[in-house]
Amino acid sequence: MQSVTITRESDARGSFCPGPLMELIRIIRAAQVGDVLAVISTDEGSKKDIPAWIAKAKQEFLVMEEIEGATRFVCRKIK
Amino acid sequence: MSENNEKFSIVLFSGTVDKLMAASIIATGAVAMEKEVTIFLTFWGLIGFRKDDWKTNTRFSKDFEEYREPAMEMMQVKKVPSWMSTLKDAMELGNLKIKACGMTMDLFNIKLTDLEPVVSEVTGVVSFIKEAEGGQVIFI
Repeated sequence: MQSVTITRESDARGSFCPGPLMELIRIIRAAQVGDVLAVISTDEGSKKDIPAWIAKAKQEFLVMEEIEGATRFVCRKIK
Repeated sequence: MSENNEKFSIVLFSGTVDKLMAASIIATGAVAMEKEVTIFLTFWGLIGFRKDDWKTNTRFSKDFEEYREPAMEMMQVKKVPSWMSTLKDAMELGNLKIKACGMTMDLFNIKLTDLEPVVSEVTGVVSFIKEAEGGQVIFI
């Protein structure tokens, strides 16, 4: 369970690499600092790619959770 | 866009869908990781960027020819975006330039206006090497 409220979530299930990451980048760019963003992916590569991108982009990685055969990645825009 | 000035260059020699797709995805990953990305189109890579060619391109690597039909079919069924739309998305996302090799242009009588608008300029191998200096270069 999350202790934070998700500002915006993008459902990228069924989208292929690098689709889910692109989705996350798009919503982060459109978001305000402080917003909590989430993306849901069924792409196995996302589990490594999305946290790596969040670290590179110096945003705050909050949680990665399994949901019905997919993974939800949650992060906060901090800059 | 890029703060660290890291460069990532792709020499795109191949014009088959499988390799164009790999190149477009790798380029996107590099753009996402805030690299300055350049794709240098030469020979069949350049041929694949002639206007509208991508819409009908079903060319596939000869060494995996038996995968051509199933691969093309699965890409449709699973709605995999075309490599061209992946490249366009990458371009919107960050720093990606696609340049055409002047020698190939001369060889096949191709002008910049004959190419897809994602190709921004014609360049030579020497300027490509100079620009790629200090960064990673891969050949596809």
